[in-house]
Amino acid sequence: MTVTPTTDVALRERVEDFLYAEADLLDGWRLDEWFGLFAEDSRYVVPALDRNDLDPDSSLTLIDDSHDRLSGRVVRLKSRRAHREFPWSVTRRIVGNVRVSVREDGDLGVGANFIVNRFRKEETHTFVGRYEYILVDGPEGLRIRRKYCYLDNERLSPHGSLSILL
Amino acid sequence: MTKSVTEAGLDDLVIEDPVKGRFKVLRQALTSPEIYELERDRIFSRAWLYVGHASEIGEPGDYVRRDVGGRPVILQHGHDGETRCFFNSCTHRGARVCRQDLGNAKSFQCFYHAWTFGSDGELRGLPDKEGYGEHFDTKDFALRRPPRLEEYRGFWFLSYDPEIQSLYDYLAGAREYIDLVADQGEGHGGMAIIPGSQPYACNANWKLLVENSIDGYHGVPVHQTYFEFIGNRGDVSGLVKNLQSEAARGYALGNGHAVVDYPAPFPRVVAQWHPMFGDEAKADIEAAMDELVAIHGPERAARMALTCRNLFIYPNLFLLDVAGLNVRTMWPTGPDHMTITGWGMAPADESGERLKRRIEGFNLFLGPGGLATPDDIEALEACQEGFQATSDAYSDISRGMLRDAKTTDEAQMRSFWREWHAHIRNEPHGDSSGELRVPEDVPVNRSAFAPAAGGAS
Repeated sequence: MTVTPTTDVALRERVEDFLYAEADLLDGWRLDEWFGLFAEDSRYVVPALDRNDLDPDSSLTLIDDSHDRLSGRVVRLKSRRAHREFPWSVTRRIVGNVRVSVREDGDLGVGANFIVNRFRKEETHTFVGRYEYILVDGPEGLRIRRKYCYLDNERLSPHGSLSILL
Repeated sequence: MTKSVTEAGLDDLVIEDPVKGRFKVLRQALTSPEIYELERDRIFSRAWLYVGHASEIGEPGDYVRRDVGGRPVILQHGHDGETRCFFNSCTHRGARVCRQDLGNAKSFQCFYHAWTFGSDGELRGLPDKEGYGEHFDTKDFALRRPPRLEEYRGFWFLSYDPEIQSLYDYLAGAREYIDLVADQGEGHGGMAIIPGSQPYACNANWKLLVENSIDGYHGVPVHQTYFEFIGNRGDVSGLVKNLQSEAARGYALGNGHAVVDYPAPFPRVVAQWHPMFGDEAKADIEAAMDELVAIHGPERAARMALTCRNLFIYPNLFLLDVAGLNVRTMWPTGPDHMTITGWGMAPADESGERLKRRIEGFNLFLGPGGLATPDDIEALEACQEGFQATSDAYSDISRGMLRDAKTTDEAQMRSFWREWHAHIRNEPHGDSSGELRVPEDVPVNRSAFAPAAGGAS
């Protein structure tokens, strides 16, 4: 994003608290509460690893979930029959380099870096990348309208899949 | 100490008893480092191997860089219009001359000593050429090429075997099924790879993903959560019934190729509307079918749109016309590891909501972030882990051997294994003619099933 980051430290701290709380929900597998952070018109996207400059509407992505599809993804991940995540892996994520800007429409544009480690079967898989959010501020506090997760990994090897939520 | 697999004999790797209907594969075929080494010479050096699709290199100068059979190559649309494949290795000291996955280039310059090669592969320039003396001829230093490069309906294949039969003959009964995909682009500028790919991997032997990609038996137990997702958004009973339909069949297609061919159990952008697409999509999904019928007639349009076909092209290419249209390759990188790449295809001029829906349908099931593929990966890795239990155990691939094979049977896997077993023993072809039981009402090119195509050539 080319927008100038805000100098409003209080705003940035509020966004950081939001992102850290979101990360805690994911690491705690509190998926319904996590899904509750998303606005009704939300979109959750993980672009292709080789071409993350492309428009997800017309390119192959790894994940492109509407609010409804994301709700289905959450339901699935809670099932014993989501075999890749039964039993659930342990994840631990670090979010940093948070930059906040106020968009022309009043929403918040947020960029942040992430490292998500996934532990299962005595293996460690590391997902590294950059988040780009659009957050809306409403009566219930901040909500996610858009969450794009640009992975830096060139190939999901040895990961094999992206079975967790980033 | 257990005998190594090559000491024990390659003959016992696959054991078949057609009378009792038993077919089994020694699991060492899936774990042995010696087999992994043999495969490089006997499978991947002698088959036709998929490189890329014409739509990926549409303009002069366009190229893609790939590893094919463990060897680095470049597939390029030359400035003279000819498509060429080069080994990605400088003829001077061997460095890779192309260091990007895709792009457009007038020439490739090796960064090591700045030798420069044109898009025809010829050595165009090098610093201080005089240093090599008067007998130096640049013609001796053109980029080397795999001996064979041929194309069928936009799909480019190479072979490292100069004596291999033509790609056309090699594809045998698979051609009819490639046509069913390629013809969907008629009137739309052909079929094209959707930009963006899905590179992933699996800690399992590559042949397990070959089996899995044409395995109808695992669909319901492994992918129940996918069907629950669909079911929670609209009636799914008809779709699941399609999976068990009498019309659902597995066929051997000659030369190791195979297919499972079944009434579509997935919502599809052409032309199986489902509430998950939303009411607003209904008219467009019906219109897409009308367009197909107008071009191909109702019967062929129905085959394209209302059936799913998991097509396997020996040894490691899949065209999966399923929840999306998925091109998939898997390459062994060790006895217990493979790299996998998935691409999506669509008619070249498709855009807007229809393309968006197509990608959504694809992603919902397919790929490392889909609601289904991760569980396949888990299953294959669970097999590979289980193989450690016993070194003399066999995997059973007998299902449906004594009946006309259904989609949930394993004739299609046996077709693969027979061809693989012949090749690993240095024999020309496996004989799956006993399982080419294509019903009379399936409109395939029957001549492709004649022994000449499936047998020795």
